[in-house]
Amino acid sequence: MTVHQSTDNSSGVKRTVRNTLFALVAMVGFTIALVPLYDVFCEITGLNGKTADSAQVISATGVDTSRTVRVQLVTRSAPGLPWRLEAINQVVTVHPGEVAQARFRFTNTSDQRLSGRAVPSVSPSQGARHFRKMQCFCFQEQWLAGGESLELPLVFQVDPALPDDVATLTLAYTLYPMGEEIALGGLHD
Amino acid sequence: MTPETTQSVSQHSVSDVASGHDAHAHGHAPTGLMRWLLTTNHKEIGTLYMLFSLLMLFIGGTMALVIRAELFQPGLQYVQPEFFNQMTTMHGLIMVFGAIMPAFVGLANWMIPLQVGAPDMALPRLNNFSFWLLPVAFTTLLATLFMEGGGPNFGWTFYAPLSTTYAPPSTNFFILSIHLAGISSILGAINIIATILNLRTPGMRLMDMSLFVWTWLITAFLLIAVMPVLAGVVTMMLLDINFGTSFFDAAGGGDPVLFQHLFWFFGHPEVYIMILPAFGIVSLIVPAFARKRLFGYASMVYATASIAILSFVVWAHHMFTVGLPLTAELFFMYSTMLIAVPTGVKVFNWIATLFRGSISFETPMLFSLGFIVMFTIGGLSGVMLAIVPADFQYHDTYFVVAHFHYVLVPGALFAIMAAAYYWMPKWTGHYANETLGKWHFWLSVIGVNLTFFPMHFSGLAGMPRRIPDYALQFADFNMLSSIGGFLFGFSQLIFVWVVIKAVRGGVKAPAKAWEGAEGLEWAVPSPAPLHTFDTPPEFVPERDSPSRHSDH
Ligand SMILES: [Cu+2]
Repeated sequence: MTVHQSTDNSSGVKRTVRNTLFALVAMVGFTIALVPLYDVFCEITGLNGKTADSAQVISATGVDTSRTVRVQLVTRSAPGLPWRLEAINQVVTVHPGEVAQARFRFTNTSDQRLSGRAVPSVSPSQGARHFRKMQCFCFQEQWLAGGESLELPLVFQVDPALPDDVATLTLAYTLYPMGEEIALGGLHD
Repeated sequence: MTPETTQSVSQHSVSDVASGHDAHAHGHAPTGLMRWLLTTNHKEIGTLYMLFSLLMLFIGGTMALVIRAELFQPGLQYVQPEFFNQMTTMHGLIMVFGAIMPAFVGLANWMIPLQVGAPDMALPRLNNFSFWLLPVAFTTLLATLFMEGGGPNFGWTFYAPLSTTYAPPSTNFFILSIHLAGISSILGAINIIATILNLRTPGMRLMDMSLFVWTWLITAFLLIAVMPVLAGVVTMMLLDINFGTSFFDAAGGGDPVLFQHLFWFFGHPEVYIMILPAFGIVSLIVPAFARKRLFGYASMVYATASIAILSFVVWAHHMFTVGLPLTAELFFMYSTMLIAVPTGVKVFNWIATLFRGSISFETPMLFSLGFIVMFTIGGLSGVMLAIVPADFQYHDTYFVVAHFHYVLVPGALFAIMAAAYYWMPKWTGHYANETLGKWHFWLSVIGVNLTFFPMHFSGLAGMPRRIPDYALQFADFNMLSSIGGFLFGFSQLIFVWVVIKAVRGGVKAPAKAWEGAEGLEWAVPSPAPLHTFDTPPEFVPERDSPSRHSDH
């Protein structure tokens, strides 16, 4: 009686261990899958305020003159790059559907040639996928010689599908230094 | 098959499953240090786990006292902000992964085989390995303090990019130690599940198990589910730091908010990993000292399972201020509040068990009652934090610090203390000294409340967490917290004294040390011999078991 019990135990233990290991591997897979899933989810919902990273075409849905949207443009610099990034137009008021332009000034305050990249983020996040950029310095890294100052445009359009309760969109650019390898890639462009 | 052949076959498979048992039985057991290094006995490994966690409690506690000493007065007194940040980070990591979790695993090792009537854990050699990973992990972690650039300084939640782009060079060692501690937890969990599901004595159904065994079974499933997520997160950090990937780096197209989602997907179930076994302990001790059947055994099991399942859909309540869409904030607010329902069921059941009970107030009962009252305070501040608009005020303030310390110190830690006093007679053969135990309890209660209650107020007044210096208006609250912190910290030395005294002698305990206690562990002598239940004991449903009542 006892003897049979023990024999049953060891095969039961093996089965349980096999099942838990299987669950473990499944969870590892799930964790890895969460990264692309998160990206897809954010792309659909705009959850993380990310905008498209390449130029979009002008959407010709007509201009909705009954509404105006304030677009605030703010900039900040991540540490590690002796650059200044300023929004020349800090607020642009547009009608949804209207194509507008804003200008930004990049200044390299060091005496070395350096590259950096401005990464945009829109808040509130539900506005992110309704903020369309036709032309943006944020699509690639920028090179500036020592002491150089450069004015670059952003051409954008606010989609008329923007939810009615959003009257103000804030577009924040964070300036990051680019790595050595990426800098070389930039030279070949 | 003749009986003899069956016998030899099973001998072989038993030694496969419980090899340590054989090693000792044949008298080849190593002695001295090697005995502890190589032991596969669940009781010895349980003891090792608990001694390790006690050591970590004092190391983590010393760090807490460095923090409280610095915050005793405004201004910088004793340490520099860089070192202060390392102290807050290390204190959190050591208490969570080094003190609370190993203490529960140690209790599981000692008590689960005794409570289910098994001779040992299902995988004794793996058990030894799981334990010895921990000293390696925490030696590595502590060593980072002496490395160039210092130890981890980014908070125990190690948010990227603070823990990647801006982290000290020692972060790789931090990642290694988290991996090791995580593997240890996973292996421990596999072992616990295998033991509970396969080694129960004949006749014991799942719904006959003690609630400590039940809560640990569910906790072990949580560990299997979320430890891989933690491992994944730190691996992504490792890749971001050393191999130029951009999982969490916005400059390279990654997203720091992804880190927070992944971390809290692990982190919220993790807080239940640290509290569910505590629920189990209190559910044993309260009926024992109220001398009354546990109210609502089945609802306790279902409530535990509901809490575990809900814990997977609430993680973003830690992230209300990162800019989630309104619908997400509402979802996570309501799902979080929903957890208060099964938790409330548990508190109700404990109180209903006490109602009209014949209550006596020995030290284990005092710690359990303290748990019920003060864990509920922590639970209620948790419900406050779940309210999205309120959380915008509370976020990253001392209110949060007050909340999670209430659930972890007079919550999880008090339950561990209750368990230690409750099972001390079974471990050492002697009762813990009641007078010292009561001093330990009351000084701890005063100390813990003096430390953490004022933090609610300083937090509501706007004091941010993780700062070495603060505005003058917070001075009084901080001075109180510091006095309480030192009182609480030094009171724990009484516990060490109690343990030493009980090991050396004291009032001898019979097999059944507490008159109202239930469970198979009280059927073996006190102290429990090294080998118990070599033949499965007979299972007789007792007072708390639903089996007994369905017979009527
Ligand atoms: Cu949580």
